[in-house]
Amino acid sequence: MNTHGARDLVVDSVTGVDLTLPVAGAGARCYAFVIDWLIRAILFSAWYGVAALIYNGRWSFAAPLSPDTRWFVFVVAPAAAIYFLYHIVLEIILHGRTPGKRMAGIHIIARNGSSPSVGALLTRNVFRLVDSLPLFYGVGLVATLVTKDHVRIGDMAAGTLLAYERTGIDLPRPPANQARDRILSAADAEVANDLLLRWSTLDPIARHRLARAIISRYSGSGASLGGDSDSALRAQLETLTQGRPV
Amino acid sequence: MTQPDIRDQALSTALLQRTTQWQAAAARSERLARERASDLADAAQLANDYRLLAHDLARARRLMPDSRMRQYLEAAYARAHATLYREAYRPAYALLTLFRDEIPEVARWLTPYILWATAIFILTGLTGYWLVHTYPDLISLFASPDLISTVERGHLWTEGILNVVPSSVLSLQILTNNIVVSLFAYCAGFVFGLGTLYILGLNGLMLGAVFAFTGQHGLDGALFRFIVAHGCVEISVMCLSGAAGAAVGEALIRPAHGDRLKSFQIAALRSGKLLVACAVLLVGSGIIEGYLSPRADVPLGMRVAVGVGYWLLMVILLFRPAWNDAAPHTPPTTTSPEAPPKS
Repeated sequence: MNTHGARDLVVDSVTGVDLTLPVAGAGARCYAFVIDWLIRAILFSAWYGVAALIYNGRWSFAAPLSPDTRWFVFVVAPAAAIYFLYHIVLEIILHGRTPGKRMAGIHIIARNGSSPSVGALLTRNVFRLVDSLPLFYGVGLVATLVTKDHVRIGDMAAGTLLAYERTGIDLPRPPANQARDRILSAADAEVANDLLLRWSTLDPIARHRLARAIISRYSGSGASLGGDSDSALRAQLETLTQGRPV
Repeated sequence: MTQPDIRDQALSTALLQRTTQWQAAAARSERLARERASDLADAAQLANDYRLLAHDLARARRLMPDSRMRQYLEAAYARAHATLYREAYRPAYALLTLFRDEIPEVARWLTPYILWATAIFILTGLTGYWLVHTYPDLISLFASPDLISTVERGHLWTEGILNVVPSSVLSLQILTNNIVVSLFAYCAGFVFGLGTLYILGLNGLMLGAVFAFTGQHGLDGALFRFIVAHGCVEISVMCLSGAAGAAVGEALIRPAHGDRLKSFQIAALRSGKLLVACAVLLVGSGIIEGYLSPRADVPLGMRVAVGVGYWLLMVILLFRPAWNDAAPHTPPTTTSPEAPPKS
């Protein structure tokens, strides 16, 4: 389960580290759909209204009694294209996103975690014909409520689903009072910790040599500052592994 | 503090020092998701970033599972993964490959379905013809009252259609309607193929019934004259989209690739490619139906030539031999190339 209460999609990766993607639920999907519907309804109305006014040459939005080619080409066809091709065009151009999905913080992904292909997006949108049945996306809504990945029929056909986009996460800053070159690298941290773990089992000369080598890299002056006794070296190494300068 | 605690603390601290590298990796994958890489090194660096993020994420998940650092790494890793596995954006080449290789391959795969769909269409067409021929009153089940009264007055409903609607508008209306019907025949395969069967059967019944009805009023020749130029391809496309829908339905009834969902997805994506060809062919049919079919001055010979010629063009587009038989042939994908999700 993710922070949104839905399950995570876990995908294998060649790195051996699984990818976890928080799957969006029916609520986020509905929110995105309503926003998108409002946007395209506004765009549709705006185009139709302005084009009809220009076509009629007076304050009237009515269709002519005998509509000619100009009426269809300049008024009806573009308005219909805006309404019906909104999702297809925007999802392809924006790689699985629309303004509504952006506002809901979700996007379409393939089941392997990548951006969906154009073919998948087309298939997904063609199946809106089924999902929109019988009214108000009834089939699609029921499907998103009952399926474990909250997908509609179009998503099942296309092998896609909607996942939350994790954006706006602030990274904690590294301690500001340290010079960058005095902080243990991940590799040195591992060596230092292994050295500490095996401290008592190593030959004193060998452990002193290793400890001095690591400490000298991060002490600035090139020499350890706390003395060269066994306990002093160990203490300095421990200080270093705790992220504090020696 | 125990030694493992010290070690974990040191690792966590060391991990935190790599934030600038993560931010650079996130910025790079964000940029490459929108635009092409500037050079090979730029693209290769994304693979290095991906490994770096995977490595650090694995540590963060163990050391600080509830931290913001982990959330950031999860997001950056997912973004890098999506960018790295994104398909190359080559629309012209994709279109060329689609029409040159993929659509003929899908058409060959769908051949048994196409034959079945055609057989169903013909059978229902003959049934519709027999029904109305035997019981003329049944035409009210298949045709609108306006159409019936027009034919009973001795006219086809297509006569003078250009006086009402311009050819361009008529073409647009017809091709839009036909494309939607074809897409519906394909999508309706989702109901285990029953929806597709219904659409194919209904259209076959209607065509047969209307031919029988016009025949009773001596107008079947005129109807054939109107239909032949655009109908050869239009009816064939109905059978093609029905075949695509039938393949989708069969994938649900008899899954061939693991579970039903996977089979459905493979069949839908694969057979859906044929719908692109269907849509293109229907644009041509719509233009013929809008500009040529309603014109009274076009002789029957020319109509037949256009209809048969366009139909042959469709057959060549769909069923021509492979572009290059000598080239190594990639067998049709039977399993998804995608990495399977674990849950």
